[in-house]
Amino acid sequence: MEKSLNWREFIITRLIQTSGYSAIVFVALIFFFLLREGIPTLGEVKLSNLLSARWYPIENYFGILPLITGSLVVTIGAMLIAFPLGIGTAVYISEIAPRWMREILKPLVELLGGLPSVVLGFLGILLVSPFLRVFLDLPTGLTAFTGSLLLGGIAVPTIVSVAEDALDAVPRSYREGAWALGATRWQTIWRVTLPAAKSGVLTAVMLGVGRAIGETMTVMMVTGNAPVLAIKLGSWFSPVRTMTATIAAEMGEVANGSVHYHTLFFIGMVLFLISLGVNIAASSVVFRAKKRAERILS
Amino acid sequence: MKSIAKLFTLNRHLTERIGFTAITLMAMVTVLPIVGTVIYILIQGAPAISLEFITGFPRDGMREGGILPAIIGTLYLALGTAIFSVPLGIAAAIYLSEYASDTPLTRTIRIAIINLAGIPSVVYGLFGLGLFVLFLNFGTSILAASLTLSIMTLPVIISTAEEALRAVPQSFRTVSISLGATRWQTIRRIVLKEALPGILTGVILGLNRAVGETAPILFTGAAFFLPRLPGSPFDATMALPYHLFVISTQVPEMPIKIQYGTALVLLAFVLTMNLIATVIRSRARARRQW
Repeated sequence: MEKSLNWREFIITRLIQTSGYSAIVFVALIFFFLLREGIPTLGEVKLSNLLSARWYPIENYFGILPLITGSLVVTIGAMLIAFPLGIGTAVYISEIAPRWMREILKPLVELLGGLPSVVLGFLGILLVSPFLRVFLDLPTGLTAFTGSLLLGGIAVPTIVSVAEDALDAVPRSYREGAWALGATRWQTIWRVTLPAAKSGVLTAVMLGVGRAIGETMTVMMVTGNAPVLAIKLGSWFSPVRTMTATIAAEMGEVANGSVHYHTLFFIGMVLFLISLGVNIAASSVVFRAKKRAERILS
Repeated sequence: MKSIAKLFTLNRHLTERIGFTAITLMAMVTVLPIVGTVIYILIQGAPAISLEFITGFPRDGMREGGILPAIIGTLYLALGTAIFSVPLGIAAAIYLSEYASDTPLTRTIRIAIINLAGIPSVVYGLFGLGLFVLFLNFGTSILAASLTLSIMTLPVIISTAEEALRAVPQSFRTVSISLGATRWQTIRRIVLKEALPGILTGVILGLNRAVGETAPILFTGAAFFLPRLPGSPFDATMALPYHLFVISTQVPEMPIKIQYGTALVLLAFVLTMNLIATVIRSRARARRQW
């Protein structure tokens, strides 16, 4: 009896431990398979071709610059929308809203985070893009701006929840101190609470960027899918094509192991590295902030 | 300029009122479109919903008939994802909350989890194609798609489950251990039992994400159109989000009614799961005595 109990305990502990390590294994596996299928591109496509401004795989033009600028333009636009709205909503929920309002808003924002991106893309095609075409008098409503608008909506819940956690974590005594000195609640928010939550807010924004740059279905459906270099201000109101949309749109039609196939994996690798960079930067901000807080408190 | 600044410092209560109004408006701008979207799809989609729509097969190039194969396919994918990600995710959470100490390895695990959560969904699709579909030779199948979705879901389940486990007071564990229970007995009978509602919430939210995703299943298991239901885990399947994508972009002259109907069914899935998660969480919070 004793013996079998020990054995079971041992096996279960090992199983749990192995599961604990699984996250590392998966990240490594993902990176390995992207490398395995993506790296051959560097041998098959000349670097001058790969870094050119022409993406036309049928005639062996594999310039990824239009795709990168497409992703950038859409993401920057999305952040211009999502940053103020996200931080504003987080401040409202955590600092201003009465309790009952908070109980309504928090699940609603969570709900937005859970809305399938394909549903947003669907509404983008049917409602947002026709509206923008007429309202802004454009030749087509499927533009980078349309993508930014919807992508902003997708990035907002991420920003709100992380920023709100950060604001919540600011000790109440900070606020009380400011009020006692005669500051209004508004002054307290801007000069005390937000600065104290700065690192959390920064993390929120970075995770929002990560969410926006990686979004696929919505941008594929509403940005018009035109792989042209987007470097002028007007590009925002013309069709573009992002890295994610390119992979999603073309992977279904390529032959396994072809140059095109490898190049799409190469783009996936670039996306993976971008998200890795963004997330490591975001989490190191949090770690540093935690350490500083510990130092101050001890 | 100076006088304006002076006006504002003098009238800081006015500033506060203006500021609060602006922030409140911003929150409304964020939230109202969400409510609007949901209501709009409910109104537009409701006329399409009928018994035939829910239980019938698509006919006439998907322009007529129902969406049964897409609904069943999504259920299969959710089930398949749950089979892999729930045990693994909970076990990983138990490791992080009950066994792991703050070592560099543990920190690496945490960074890995954060990164898994941030990897773009289409990159998961590529990975699934490379590993499950081609390397392991599962083909474009429910199995390959479920495995891909499982890994994508894992970080959500791990982090919410870990949070739930950590919320169980340390004294519960101390008492159980001091009564002679082993570590695993303590975890299974005390900690897991107390953390169950929180874990369940995490599982539902994770699966919710899996149900709504399209990009990871694009090249791992989604079928454009199937005249029958998938018969084994090695068959490809139709799925609601992919079906909505197909009928709203790939099929010309698609009746708008069927598009909104499909969006409504997908939304109903997501809303129901969200609601269940919210209810479980708030009931558990109300009942909690520690």
